[in-house]
Amino acid sequence: MRTDLAVIGAGPAGLAAALAAAARGLRVTVLDSAPAPGGQFHRQPAPGLAAHRPRLPHDRGRGWRWLRDALAASDVTVLTDHHVWVVEHGFTVHALLGPEQRESVAVRAEAVLLATGGYEKVLPFPGWTLPGVVAAGGAQAMLKGGLVVPGRRAVVAGTGPLLLPVATGLAAAGVVVPALVEAADPAAFLRHRRALAAKLPEGAGYAARLLRHRVRFLARHTVVRAHGGRALTGVTVAALDSGGHVRPGTGRYIPCDTLAVGHGMVPHTDLAETLGCRLAGAAVRVDDEQRTDVPGVWAAGEATGIGGAALALAEGHIAGRSVAARLRGTAPDPSTWARAAGTRARLREFARALDAVYAPPAHWAEQVPDGTVVCRCEEVTAGAVREAARDLGAGDPRTVKLLTRAGMGWCQGRMCAPAVAGIAGCEPAPSRRPFARPVPLGVLARQHRDATATDDATGEGAGEATDEGTEEGPS
Amino acid sequence: MNPQEPARARPGPAFTLTFDGREIAAVPGQTVAAALWAAGATSWRTTRRAGRPRGVFCGIGVCFDCLVTVNGSPNQRACLVPARPGDVVRTQEGTGHED
Repeated sequence: MRTDLAVIGAGPAGLAAALAAAARGLRVTVLDSAPAPGGQFHRQPAPGLAAHRPRLPHDRGRGWRWLRDALAASDVTVLTDHHVWVVEHGFTVHALLGPEQRESVAVRAEAVLLATGGYEKVLPFPGWTLPGVVAAGGAQAMLKGGLVVPGRRAVVAGTGPLLLPVATGLAAAGVVVPALVEAADPAAFLRHRRALAAKLPEGAGYAARLLRHRVRFLARHTVVRAHGGRALTGVTVAALDSGGHVRPGTGRYIPCDTLAVGHGMVPHTDLAETLGCRLAGAAVRVDDEQRTDVPGVWAAGEATGIGGAALALAEGHIAGRSVAARLRGTAPDPSTWARAAGTRARLREFARALDAVYAPPAHWAEQVPDGTVVCRCEEVTAGAVREAARDLGAGDPRTVKLLTRAGMGWCQGRMCAPAVAGIAGCEPAPSRRPFARPVPLGVLARQHRDATATDDATGEGAGEATDEGTEEGPS
Repeated sequence: MNPQEPARARPGPAFTLTFDGREIAAVPGQTVAAALWAAGATSWRTTRRAGRPRGVFCGIGVCFDCLVTVNGSPNQRACLVPARPGDVVRTQEGTGHED
């Protein structure tokens, strides 16, 4: 399959970009791993559930209806259940067909837009691997997409703006939420009140809903332990002092069967890294047109920095217009998207303020006991990570990984990388994963075979040959 | 309260699948993980080393904690795989392979 622009990710950034580019005459194909477009923010109940009021109180539906209707009226091709695992230069987008993921198809494109979003960061504490402890965004995703909850009594904890809709969403779905445990210090909000002022009404709305559902808001608190044998039975929460230390003697036990916990978001940069795009910190670096430093590759939304759905829409819109102009060989006129650029500037400033306000406890790493598992896949403890750093001289996450296997399992360190770096006392490093998700060996073997077969037939180089070999998708 | 109520979901007829030999009900549109949560189960895997129970963690297919054996195939992500009538879902012990 051939297209002008391949957009990876059907969340707000990807859809806004696709619509802007398609409106300017480009053939656009959007690939997304989910069964339906929308991304995490606009995740809808599965069609089979036939939800007549899919808009739960935690999801403002206006933006989604606009995107959905615009998409339906456009010529954009949306390929759902397509798990993109690599983008080759030139460009060929390879995607596994889900959920089985045993076959791969390829889409050839003149330009690529990475709108891969982000995923949640969860820092470890004793008991965090117990069944019943789930990522806050995971609980929300299961609720939005499957209309299910993991238990009857859920504590929501960690830090970040996501915790508010998770707590109110669970409560509205009938779960008792005894507490929202937020590490952030209310004083920090005051320091950034000017940048955050625009969101005050939204914050007030959440406060009212928390009150209505009798959710106790514990600011400057943290979960120090999750209790249970084979499943969660409760958590101990404690107050933090102004330096981010747990205040001795403040621990209190809250019985619960669910803990929804999250400590912020991490940009999804695997595809960008494989393409060689330069990062800025943990995010893909882009210019004013949302171009990465690799020609032909744009990026928008949370892959370029965590900032929420409205920012993603603005960035996606600008990216789509830039692609449309650049593929025609003309330089775009930024004055035509001045409004989106203004929104982008304002919301990026807002995101920076949020980032400064919402932070995990400063000393979280010291509070993880040696016996606590840090790498959930390989079951590597904090003690083993510390030993690698202290006794074996590992000074970076990669060396820690080689010594301990932390980050070597199924998730390839996506869950534990920030924790391993923090506990080892080293800077987080780009992961440099060659593929964005696990790929069956049979799929890789077929790519090679198809490339070789085409080589033999045409006598051309393998780089040329791959497109024909894989265009139809291996059978 | 069933969270389907505030969403006014009217799914198609429920069907059954089995989880470790026990019959559980699921509705169209649910993933295996959603069906298991709705049936009150939160763990369906034991880890390879310590044999500890695990279930859904990230809920979006990234963490691989919710691996489960479906119809004899181990290592299926329960949060991604749709539940189908007659599915035989089993707790995955370790790698899920005889070894």
